[in-house]
Amino acid sequence: MKPLTGHIKADGTPLTLAEYEQLGGYQALRKALRMSPQEVTTEVKNSNLKGRGGAGFNTGMKWSFVPMDDPSAEKYLICNADEMEPGTFKDRWLLEGNPHQLLEGMLIAAYAIQASEGYVFLRYAYKTAAKGIRVALAEAERAGYLGSNILGSGFSLRMHLHTGVGRYMCGEETALLNSLEGKRATPRAKPPFPQVSGLFGKPTIVNNVETFSCVPHIISNGAAWFQSLSKNPQDGGTKIYGVSGKVNRPGAWELPMGITLRELIEEHAGGMRSGYRFRGALPGGASTDFLVEEHLDVPMDYGSVAAAGSRLGTGTVVVLDDRTCPVGFVHNLEHFFAQESCGWCTPCREGLPWTEKILRALENGEGRENDLDLLAMHAQALGPGKTFCALAPGAMEPLQSALNYFRKDFEQHIHEKKCPYGHTLH
Amino acid sequence: MLSEVEIEEINQELAGVPVKEAAGIEALKIIQRHRGWVSDESLRDVAAYLQMAPEELDSVATFYNLIFRQPVGRHIILLCDSISCWVMGYEQLSSQLRQKLGIGFGQTTADGCFTLLPNPCLGTCDHAPALMIDNDLYRDVSPEMLDEILGKYK
Repeated sequence: MKPLTGHIKADGTPLTLAEYEQLGGYQALRKALRMSPQEVTTEVKNSNLKGRGGAGFNTGMKWSFVPMDDPSAEKYLICNADEMEPGTFKDRWLLEGNPHQLLEGMLIAAYAIQASEGYVFLRYAYKTAAKGIRVALAEAERAGYLGSNILGSGFSLRMHLHTGVGRYMCGEETALLNSLEGKRATPRAKPPFPQVSGLFGKPTIVNNVETFSCVPHIISNGAAWFQSLSKNPQDGGTKIYGVSGKVNRPGAWELPMGITLRELIEEHAGGMRSGYRFRGALPGGASTDFLVEEHLDVPMDYGSVAAAGSRLGTGTVVVLDDRTCPVGFVHNLEHFFAQESCGWCTPCREGLPWTEKILRALENGEGRENDLDLLAMHAQALGPGKTFCALAPGAMEPLQSALNYFRKDFEQHIHEKKCPYGHTLH
Repeated sequence: MLSEVEIEEINQELAGVPVKEAAGIEALKIIQRHRGWVSDESLRDVAAYLQMAPEELDSVATFYNLIFRQPVGRHIILLCDSISCWVMGYEQLSSQLRQKLGIGFGQTTADGCFTLLPNPCLGTCDHAPALMIDNDLYRDVSPEMLDEILGKYK
């Protein structure tokens, strides 16, 4: 069953409002408006929907942290559509193919927390999605799904599309808020959490595109149904998985949460290309630890991937093959993270460029004996709890796991004074 | 000086925000849409209009890599240099593209046609390598396709 993507047209063009309504669209909103906000939040909490942006926090639980005692207090709802995690291309599919599903999910969420303003924070590169969302917003407003007194319920919501101007940091929840306020996208201290003090100091919920897109289906069909879509009831729903790299059929698929990495790569992605062998994979974007051959039968749900020493992240897998240099691979990642560090805190600002330089030297045959210790030191010094936000700890995940699983490759670079794969960086 | 159209567009943004500086990024986008880039003079004019210190607005402008504080060509090429594209042939594509254009990253061709910029992940990793020119996305790009792609913009 593919509730999120089953109706998306093969050519990827967006479902119009009429088409969406014909498939039952906006019935979930009607149902939600007949429930109390509290009942909506509880249903979503019970569904075990976990945030699809990468952190995997229970969505309904997050909503329940919004203070609801003052009904007149202004609140904001934001969709994080800044999909910039390298290797990740799942939200694009939903944004381009079914913008109304996203809007309906956002409307229901806004009702649950009684928000009066909503934003879609969309990355610069998604031009087709921007067009589709603008059309969908206008259609929804004309039909009375958006604006004042929605469907006669007394609930009102205004919704805006904000298109970004670059920087990976904008995907970090609190940095996104700063960006929407016209500031540099640097992270904020937590607490207070955005649920209490977010955009312009008001209670704010930020969720990912795929997360919101699940919500109408949970309200229509119930929490138990949503859990039953998954192979692991702890992590409800389907998941949009993706695979890129040297496989036969790179792509994205909506599948039951918890299918194995092996099924994903061998069945859905058609296995490795002829002449290439599987060496490892980042299970959920650039900021996740490598999984290797021994992990192929790990179910791709939040808990199981964590138990295997990594994170499900965005669920979009980047495959490392046996003809690609793991040191060069990790260098590319650290180059990205060093470039995208916002410079707000010292370990990240100074440590990531240092890491990149060491990896560059290794790849070019200029590595030194203590370089691997230096890299390991960075993996500690930039780890969780040592920096302002999750960027640097995320950057260290592929590095520390590469040092563990591909250590011989690193050592070979030092001892042979060249990249054994014949690769150099300029 | 800001044009009437620019002022009108900035005013529309100001209507939706509780404090003026919150419209800063949108105002910079408006200037860039009309003028191609944000000069020091434009930046000072926008800052004055939003009652911000120019340095403060510049700290915002220079944070975002797609606000251009230098003149750019008529077309912007964003070449994805992130991991999936790197695995699938970014380096060869990048060197061929720079050779054909006769410029490096951050530079503009002598005829003012193209500015070439590296860009983190374009979010089309199942069709790597990828690049964007203005609003157009090109996927599964091989070096052999470059002449035809670039030809559309000359």
